[in-house]
Amino acid sequence: MTSPNPALTGQVSDYLKRRARWTPLEIAFWIFAFATIWLFPSKYLILKDTAILALFALSLDLILGYAGIISLGQAAFFGFAGYFAGLVAKYGFITEPVLALMAAGLVAAALGFVTSFLVLRGSDLTRLMVTLGVSLMLGEVANRYSNITGGADGLQGVDIEPVFGRFRFDLYGHNGYVYCLIVLFICFVVARRVVYSPFGLSLRAVKGNPLRSSAIGIPVKWRLVAIYTFAAGIAGIAGALLTQTTAFCSLDVFSLDRSADLLLVLIIGGTGYLYGGLIGAVIYKFLQDWIANLTPQYWQFWIGLVLVVIVLIGRDRMQAWIATALGALENIGPRTIARPAKLAAPDGK
Amino acid sequence: MPILQTTGLEKRFGGIVATNNVNLSVEKGARHALIGPNGAGKTTFINLLTGVLKPSAGRITLEGKDITDTLPHQRVRLGMARTFQINQLFLDLTPLESVGLVISERLGSGADWWRVVGTKSAVTEQIVEIIERFHLGDVMRDRVAVLPYGKQRLLEIALAFACRPQVLLLDEPAAGVPEAERHELLATIEALPADVTVLLIEHDMDLVFSFADRISVLVNGALFVDGAPEDVAKDPRVKAVYLGEELDA
Repeated sequence: MTSPNPALTGQVSDYLKRRARWTPLEIAFWIFAFATIWLFPSKYLILKDTAILALFALSLDLILGYAGIISLGQAAFFGFAGYFAGLVAKYGFITEPVLALMAAGLVAAALGFVTSFLVLRGSDLTRLMVTLGVSLMLGEVANRYSNITGGADGLQGVDIEPVFGRFRFDLYGHNGYVYCLIVLFICFVVARRVVYSPFGLSLRAVKGNPLRSSAIGIPVKWRLVAIYTFAAGIAGIAGALLTQTTAFCSLDVFSLDRSADLLLVLIIGGTGYLYGGLIGAVIYKFLQDWIANLTPQYWQFWIGLVLVVIVLIGRDRMQAWIATALGALENIGPRTIARPAKLAAPDGK
Repeated sequence: MPILQTTGLEKRFGGIVATNNVNLSVEKGARHALIGPNGAGKTTFINLLTGVLKPSAGRITLEGKDITDTLPHQRVRLGMARTFQINQLFLDLTPLESVGLVISERLGSGADWWRVVGTKSAVTEQIVEIIERFHLGDVMRDRVAVLPYGKQRLLEIALAFACRPQVLLLDEPAAGVPEAERHELLATIEALPADVTVLLIEHDMDLVFSFADRISVLVNGALFVDGAPEDVAKDPRVKAVYLGEELDA
């Protein structure tokens, strides 16, 4: 057969590696994210909530955006790990928060593994129902065993030790926010690595065409089990962060609202490129905050309106506008870097 | 020993017998064509071979090994890959990503979740080989969804070939390809390496008779005639049920 063409080999290798390279925009995103620690000291509480929501949304994006599994039950893992983190701190099983966080991620992943087999079967609608059912059941179990969980009053008397024995969660939320942001970043880097790996590529294949995936030798079922388990672990870490930084855990961690919010966040931010959950969480939280300040009573009306508008306009079109705007900016700016001749405009419309 | 063999293969859907006691032997290195009128059960037969459907009775062996109870993805690893009559591609990936995916799977790094795709030189070299063999170099960075149909058809075969199968099942590979792109496709099929056994399911008689060294005719789910192309062409029963006009012309 033909000997491998060295020029082509170089191009192929470059192309594949370039897929996974950090872009300047991404680096800017994270520099800004960490800069918020110094830029907005008065906003630590909402920033912290945003970081937790972003991490939680990342977990849904991993299964929805990369494997096509829709779920209304990520709160099951969030809540399970949230209670776990609260209980191990309360009873002093694991007092160091980082260790407790990792343990919470692992138990949530274990729960994800077990329940993944229920989710593999059936269509999107069945998956919605099954995932919703699992989180409802767990919520009710937590309610029933109120002697352990505190039931409707929530888990009281949780005392969180300082992180690494040094950084105590202070009243202003500074350490709490920094802690959440670092955890978000680490989880993001791991998730990013995963989606650009051969495993991540195979997930996109499974999402795009399960029939062909098995016809080229991909064990479809096990790949879905693996990503569902991983995403459950991420959701668990998010839940444990909430408990640790508030020293409290209540039944509402299992609520349907919490899972539904995630879908809203991903509708705003988009799926399948990892930043959707992050950007969506920022927009969702700050929009909520801003509108709630304007009309404390009827803020949900405006959130609803924004969602309807987003869906009607369509994210593709908005991205095209942004691309056009960026293109216009680039044209006035100095032309120092070679750039693609044409902007990658989303297809259609 | 035949490389692929079915014995008494049978598939019923309720009262309908879609595959009826088929005993097919495909020799190693053969260019074997499976033909038959519409509704003869060719697709069902392929689905049985590849494990998409479970047979009601009978066995399938690949290189003497019984594979009847294995799953589709396991059969790929055991050396059998297929293409689809209607393209089954990964529309959101590029040809490079698609081929890279198949090769990663075959080399056992498909579950590797930490290494970045394309950093293994063995994978890259094999991708290049496939891209060249299937003439995909000029479109390798485009989304599959926007490729010309002929290129998609080539990629369809490339993905199966990248599994490095002992037996390659081609399900109507030239179906729907416009005349202008047809030559490249047929030449690529002709140029498949001789040690890969090819089982071709095809309607196009020109392609069948120019390509195959053995032909099996399936009618109503049963193996009707099985032999060398010249014998099949001469067989009066085949002419009667199926080939008549096309061969007389």
